[in-house]
Amino acid sequence: MKIKSILENYMFVLPALVIFAIFYIIPFVWVFQIGLFDWDGISPTRIFVGLNNFIEIFKEDKIWWQSMWQAGYITLIALTFQNALAFLLALACDREIRLKNFYRLIFFIPPILSEVVVGLVWQWILDGNYGLLNYWLRNLGLAHLARSWLSDPKTALTTVAIIHSWKGFGWGFLIFLAGLQTIPRELYEAARVDGADAWYIFRKITIPLMVPVGVLVAILTILGTMQAFVLIIAMTGGGPAYHTQVPVLRILASMRGSSRFGYACAQGITFGFILMIVSFIQYRFSKKFRQI
Amino acid sequence: MLNFYVTFLYKKMRYLKLLPGLLVTVLLCGCGSPGEKRSEINIVIWHWMTDREPAFQELASRYFKKTKIKISFELYAPSDAYSQKVRAAAQGGTLPEIFGVLGEKRDFASFIKAGHILNLTSYMEKDNAKWRNSFFLNALAINEFFPDNVYGVEAGIYGVPIDIMTIQMLYNKDLFQKLGLNPEQPPVTFEEFLRIGEKIKTANLQGLVSGWGELWMIDCLANNYAFNIMGKDKVLATIRGEIPYTDPDWIKVFSLFKQMQEAGILVDGIVTMINKTAEQLFANEKAVFAFNGSWCVNVYKGMNPNLNYAAIPPPKVTDKYPMAIWGGAGSSFMVNARSKNKEEAVRFLQWLTQPEQQVYLAEATNNLPANKESLERICNKIPKVLEQFADDIDIATHPNIWGISEFSAVIEAFDKGIQSIIIGEKSPEQVAQEVQRIKERELAKIRK
Repeated sequence: MKIKSILENYMFVLPALVIFAIFYIIPFVWVFQIGLFDWDGISPTRIFVGLNNFIEIFKEDKIWWQSMWQAGYITLIALTFQNALAFLLALACDREIRLKNFYRLIFFIPPILSEVVVGLVWQWILDGNYGLLNYWLRNLGLAHLARSWLSDPKTALTTVAIIHSWKGFGWGFLIFLAGLQTIPRELYEAARVDGADAWYIFRKITIPLMVPVGVLVAILTILGTMQAFVLIIAMTGGGPAYHTQVPVLRILASMRGSSRFGYACAQGITFGFILMIVSFIQYRFSKKFRQI
Repeated sequence: MLNFYVTFLYKKMRYLKLLPGLLVTVLLCGCGSPGEKRSEINIVIWHWMTDREPAFQELASRYFKKTKIKISFELYAPSDAYSQKVRAAAQGGTLPEIFGVLGEKRDFASFIKAGHILNLTSYMEKDNAKWRNSFFLNALAINEFFPDNVYGVEAGIYGVPIDIMTIQMLYNKDLFQKLGLNPEQPPVTFEEFLRIGEKIKTANLQGLVSGWGELWMIDCLANNYAFNIMGKDKVLATIRGEIPYTDPDWIKVFSLFKQMQEAGILVDGIVTMINKTAEQLFANEKAVFAFNGSWCVNVYKGMNPNLNYAAIPPPKVTDKYPMAIWGGAGSSFMVNARSKNKEEAVRFLQWLTQPEQQVYLAEATNNLPANKESLERICNKIPKVLEQFADDIDIATHPNIWGISEFSAVIEAFDKGIQSIIIGEKSPEQVAQEVQRIKERELAKIRK
């Protein structure tokens, strides 16, 4: 009877397990297996190279690591600028202000727009010769600031990071807003009765209760931003030179540009592991943070 | 459980009543004429040529009227996405009857070695090589593998060129006049070209536009100049690894881009510019020069029918070696060797490359036909600028006919290096050293 009950429980888990295995575990193992070969993705024969592809990534592929740092830089901007913006706007919309539903709608428009369209529109706005931004800068007497924002190596990566943050802050906004709305209003009222000012309430009630939400938004931001590439490919194609290259673009370049399918798979696995480690560290960190 | 099956079968029994009717229908279908059977043949063609889609559809319907064989042209654009789709279909064994392989000759060879592409030599050589002789040699060479080729592919012709193209320099005649230059006297030497840069800067116009964000177009111009400065033999010797990229001639090639940038010839932001943007800028008369392929005639016509421009070979640096331009087969189709309809597919391609169809395609899409006779037929009807593109087909070359391919990693370092020179980040010497380092790394891998 006990065995039957255990089996029954497993039967409930089975569909999810099968789906997870088909769509996650098997492809992962398969990709890892291809990563052990030198293969162009078409030829019927593959040459077994063992861990050579992985060794090449760690030892020789400087561009890969440059792309990792650049993705890290974009992530840092997203974690700070994007999430701060999302939190501040959520805080503003959580109050009883006029047209707050309208603002909620407006702030959520960028995330639902196509990344290619957003990329092309911003490319037009930031164009060095006929762009809207430079036009306004010149009209405002700030012609010395006008430049080719996406082609200048000094500004390209930061510009891409800011556009990415603009495109993505709506998600954070929505989650922060939902989080803010779950904070019981009684807590605020009680604090006010006790004579607490707005800054004190914010520090002692809002911030501590929003920590779990902040951790969730941070995890989603890191995972989403590290894998960003559509917006970048639409705006700069990874240029000028290698200045806006990110890991997914490098994987694509290995797969399509160089026809090195095996190497691209090894890059994919390496990237997956790095993201897993980052998520794990963040998980541990957030656990400790919650205990405090 | 048993009860469930019994109920299920009982419900299904009701459909058995339909069986006699179904049988009659099947039998009647079997009584069709052989002509009707042909209409069941469907030749699927995957292509990426957005501008040629309506013309292809028209040709498909003409072919159906003539043979009762259905031709389905399926458009997948842009070319990057198309390329990925073809690769995925090859892996999955779901390639259509006819498709194109975009990329380097090495990729083409991989498709052949994997048995995806039919060797068309026997069809080409039939009737005293009638089909083969109908094409421009340059156009066919791109699809040809010669005996003992480095790719290890059996010698033969594996693709059918649909049109030909050349990539050249274009200049806007009206803007030339505005700059006080004679529109009938474009720059012939590189010095003359650079001097125009000064005038462009003074007039507050834009110089050269091109899709150099898409790396292959930089590669194209750099190779044009490499041929001019050091000759074909030395270029090929470099690819074979016999001459380093740090050779003074290669540094001279890299330096040309620095000179163009310093002279104000290059448009601001050219290093991230896609060709579509470059085409818009030139068509809207914002730029004096463009570097583009003959397909642009149709594109510019759509954007600005009054654009007054002409095509010239890139201004030469030296008289030591002839200037070469990239050209040859613009687009080619390959036949799926595993398709059960491959014979019909070959027949369709034979029909498609006959003069009547080629003339129609050329007139409808402003592309140069791959069929020699058709070009002679239409040479009075095509725009003058297209004629200029066609005139230089004799000096056209292409990496896919050199018989040897440079490593992809080297090509990337080479093109990205030129971008670094243009943005003032690296010197030509630094780029040459970096490219050579990667070349040596790749050569070492091969030796292993």
